[in-house]
Amino acid sequence: MATPWKAVSTRATTPLIYFVLMILWEAGVRLFHIPGWMLPAPTAIIAIAKEWAPELLYNSCITVQETIIGFVLALVLSLPLAVIIAFTSTTRRLLYPILLGLQSIPKVALAPLVILWLGIGNWPKIVIVVLVCFFPILVNVVAGFEAVPKPMLDLMYSLRASKLAVFRRLRAPIATPHLFTGCKVAITFAVIGAVIGEFVAAQEGLGYMILMSTAQSQTPLAFAAIILLTVISVVLFHAIEILERKLVTWRP
Amino acid sequence: MKAERPAAITSSAAGTNADGARSDGAPAIELFGVTKNFGRGQEIVRALGPIDLAIESGSFVSIVGPSGCGKSTLLRLIAGLEKPTDGRLRRYGAELDGPSREVGIVFQDHVLFPWASVLENVMLPADVLSLPKAAALERARWLLELTGLKDFTEHKPHMLSGGMKQRAAFCRAVLADPQLLLLDEPFGALDALTREELSLELSRLWQNLGRTALLITHDIGEAILLGDRIIVMSDRPGRIRLDMRVDLPRPRDVNTAKDPRFIEIKQTARDLIFTRERN
Repeated sequence: MATPWKAVSTRATTPLIYFVLMILWEAGVRLFHIPGWMLPAPTAIIAIAKEWAPELLYNSCITVQETIIGFVLALVLSLPLAVIIAFTSTTRRLLYPILLGLQSIPKVALAPLVILWLGIGNWPKIVIVVLVCFFPILVNVVAGFEAVPKPMLDLMYSLRASKLAVFRRLRAPIATPHLFTGCKVAITFAVIGAVIGEFVAAQEGLGYMILMSTAQSQTPLAFAAIILLTVISVVLFHAIEILERKLVTWRP
Repeated sequence: MKAERPAAITSSAAGTNADGARSDGAPAIELFGVTKNFGRGQEIVRALGPIDLAIESGSFVSIVGPSGCGKSTLLRLIAGLEKPTDGRLRRYGAELDGPSREVGIVFQDHVLFPWASVLENVMLPADVLSLPKAAALERARWLLELTGLKDFTEHKPHMLSGGMKQRAAFCRAVLADPQLLLLDEPFGALDALTREELSLELSRLWQNLGRTALLITHDIGEAILLGDRIIVMSDRPGRIRLDMRVDLPRPRDVNTAKDPRFIEIKQTARDLIFTRERN
């Protein structure tokens, strides 16, 4: 009898803590008469979210779309590059320092330039998402390709395995958990990238909604949008984690 | 009930007969004045040699020495994973140029791929060397049965005990039926009981396979129990201090260790190792 109760209680702990915090928040706002434009109460946020539900949903879709397209593009671009870097020492020597240098640029600082070059629309936001996702994936995958234990390499060399065989049989499987680490970092960055893009220039998306509603002192709506962004971020992160658990069943 | 031994999966290399022994009688391994230095500039350290050695085809040779004496380096040189600083190595009469498909290695730490099943791990040489799949699979299953891993073929390595991992590593090393088997402290990571059990099992397997084997170990008893010949190495830089035939009957078992001749050989080797040369 004790075990199922324990399982339920551990599962319920986190929602319960959230619930208690909400109540404290609500009580605090009411008790200290905090004005709604500064910090709206949870009930006020829920009320406005209901009212604006179609707009919130539509703009969420826009932001999610930018995030996912940008993330997938970054994946498609960084994987072949990581393979090239791992495969040939010349490209690694030439390309890798440049890429590591570029990685140091705060990508969000490039957002106004990207808008300048690509105008208003979905593409500049997608490009910003690609920029922020690209490096975490690339750097982790390259590190993964190189994280091969020496005895395993010796084993492959002792069989006179070709570079391709070493890659397929050894480097690629070793790099898979690293790829997922990179993806998990990248997907969180991706949401940030999309919002930054929408901040700089946009007519839709949750970032745009936050900007508009705060400009009009519609703070509860901004809060609703922020909460939705958080939910999107968490859901995308967990989607990758579930995929990882399905694909990486081994332990080192 | 043991499975029938499947036919060899590789077409025998030129110059070998059905038993895998070279018809021309060249030794499996020959070393002439081989040395190995590590480091560069002022920091050069001689790790090994000079060593002259010949290992006859079909024999089981144990090399025993204190840790850090360069015995593993010696194995890596013979495997072709490293080049000597000086001297020449020959394998079956031919100059050695890098690793060969005719050499199987069992490493100290099993080196199984954690993402692959036991069977996939054992089949690795077949994939890399593009051996005929069906025949390789048949041999893999035969080897796994022989080593008692028949019921674990689909398990991932982390689900196996240390001894089972090393058995799987052994199956992988002999899958392509190599002429020469190199064993680099294969029982080093195991507990004493598993060690003894596995070394006797290896001895039987080796007799079954009939190939040349070279064992590196720091355990004198193990070296004698398994070997037709034991070679005792000195401290760094490793050189040969004793090269002795082990004239104990086969098959050997736990009682071999009680044989007076075994004790005598062991004593000779121990005395040599513990009374180190001093300049």
